[in-house]
Amino acid sequence: MKTKTAKRRIAKSQAVKLWQLRLYVMDQTPKSVTAFANLKRFCESHLKGCYRITVIDLVKQPQLAKGDQILATPTVVRMLPKPVRTIIGNLSDIERVLVGLDLRSAD
Amino acid sequence: MKTNGSKPVSPATQLPKCLTGIQGLDEITGGGLPRGRPTLVCGGAGCGKTLLATEFLVRGAAQFNEPGVLMAFEETEAELKANVASLGFDLVGLVRRKKIAIDFVHIERSEVQESGEYDLEGLFVRLGHAIDSIGAKRVVLDTLEALFASLPNEAILRAELRRLFRWLKDKGVTAVITAERGREQLTRHGLEEYVSDCVILLDHRVYDQIATRHLRVVKYRGALHGTNEFPFLIGDTGISVLPITSLALNHKVSTERIATGIPRLDAMLGGRGFFRGSSILLTGTSGTCKTIIAANFAQAAARRGERVLFFSFEESPNQIIRNMHSIGLRLEPLVKRGLLRFQSARPSLYGLEMHLATMFKEIATFQPHVVIIDPITSLMDSGTASECKGMVTRLIDYLKAGQVTSLFTSLTQGGHALQQSESAMSSLMDSWILLQNFEGNGERNRVLYVLKARGMKHSNQIREFLISDRGIDVVDAYIGPSGVLTGSARAAQNSLEKAAVLASQQEAAQLKREVERKRTALERKISGLRSDYETEAEELRRIAEQVGTSTLMLTTERAASGLLRQADIKVVAHVRNNSRNGKVS
Repeated sequence: MKTKTAKRRIAKSQAVKLWQLRLYVMDQTPKSVTAFANLKRFCESHLKGCYRITVIDLVKQPQLAKGDQILATPTVVRMLPKPVRTIIGNLSDIERVLVGLDLRSAD
Repeated sequence: MKTNGSKPVSPATQLPKCLTGIQGLDEITGGGLPRGRPTLVCGGAGCGKTLLATEFLVRGAAQFNEPGVLMAFEETEAELKANVASLGFDLVGLVRRKKIAIDFVHIERSEVQESGEYDLEGLFVRLGHAIDSIGAKRVVLDTLEALFASLPNEAILRAELRRLFRWLKDKGVTAVITAERGREQLTRHGLEEYVSDCVILLDHRVYDQIATRHLRVVKYRGALHGTNEFPFLIGDTGISVLPITSLALNHKVSTERIATGIPRLDAMLGGRGFFRGSSILLTGTSGTCKTIIAANFAQAAARRGERVLFFSFEESPNQIIRNMHSIGLRLEPLVKRGLLRFQSARPSLYGLEMHLATMFKEIATFQPHVVIIDPITSLMDSGTASECKGMVTRLIDYLKAGQVTSLFTSLTQGGHALQQSESAMSSLMDSWILLQNFEGNGERNRVLYVLKARGMKHSNQIREFLISDRGIDVVDAYIGPSGVLTGSARAAQNSLEKAAVLASQQEAAQLKREVERKRTALERKISGLRSDYETEAEELRRIAEQVGTSTLMLTTERAASGLLRQADIKVVAHVRNNSRNGKVS
């Protein structure tokens, strides 16, 4: 299920909560690649060390689309912390990703 | 295999069709929806879009062995299952047997954030996965337009929808897409732009406080279809569309005759009653015994062992049974034996279409030989005139197709012409018996006559009929110089005739006695005369004897005196003496 895991921890005291993100993509299309790159970059700059990204390729695992109500690709689902949040698109608009992941106030 | 089913309806050059299994819809579309293409079903809220789509899927899976995928955007799987369970669809079982796959698609706009480009491959993947997992031939998307509310980027959505319909066609599945009715367009978001093969419009209108659903095939590319608005119903077995034009006038006809239960009425109808499978109309004002004649007919049929279905719109079954018992009709044993079934409903209970559908269903389950509708006029109140005529036509067509004899009673309102039936119904009927009350001499009497009886010799006489403890008795009408005499007038006429007969009988008897007396007198006279004669004859004989004796004595005396005188007459006397000797002495 986990095709690629990026997992880092930082020693800071406030990093108790772990961010679990799922990225749903279709194959290695340019859109998928861009989305993954954008997500990675975003996490590195905002959540360094306390995130985990699971990439799910729906071509290989179509049955997983139903569970998280995936309609669009690419889609990022924030599994943790609760509540579940969803962002669709290739994440090129950083402002919207911040709003989508509810990180605005954190900054 | 399935395409064969639609072949008789559509020529081979036309596109293959996919039977929906929905009652009536396949007839209107000439064999179902276009196979392998998407069909758009649009309509306002509460029209039955979801139900139509679901039924298409369920019937496909259950009847035609075509598994289906239901992608629901508005209702969850549990909700859907519960909703259609009330219509007798075993969605749960079909899902368990992998005949139907349900996928509930839900996006809450507030929970979704858009960032950059995307496509709807996720939807395609889910749909594709569902189709492949059960080998689906049918797909329902209900209601795709919900996506317009969930996804903010309409440009992407539209592009993706276009791609979706193309993709569905490539997959070769027969799809039904439901959409909300728009203000000026067929659908709110112009989906008809993408689905161009077949569009079905549903509508729910209220007319005169009665709501009726209608279905219309707006467009059907490459196929003939009924273009009218057809009323349809959601009954407890799903949707049934009632196409007026579905039946042509080509019923089989029977030459078998069935008795009416009133022997004299049979006699009026050429001696043998009605034709089986014919439609009979019984009209009359209130209190002319329409129901009684109908019940008689029902009893006669049930006693022959035929099944009779009695729709009553005015009385409850128990009331009819009780009332008929008072005139000697025992219907209860027939009900118990399952030969007679009553269906009572208030006409205002639901609309005309619903009544019709209920009746169709009852007829289909009970399979009666005779159907009685008492009275059809009550039903007429729950619809407009044209609807009513349409309904009666459909009902008669339906019954005739099944060779079911139907008897309709119709109440003629006071003030109307007696021969005017509601909604020109009479032209649809094969036989028409008119019941009437005759007023006069301070009493009312019931008469009946056969106004029309297609295909049989029938009496043209007005007959009076009497209701007694033993049922109906049709009596001879007395037709006098002033018209038909009924009731006590007829009785008076009868006694008058009887008196006349009696009088002439008495006269004859008297004459006979007179003659007898004359004969006796004559005989007496004759015997008197004879005795007179005999007396006279006796007298005569006596005289003759006296004469003989005296002559002899005279002769003897003369001879003696001659002897004394010694006359020469001795010889003569001697001769005389000799000739008489034998007799006298």
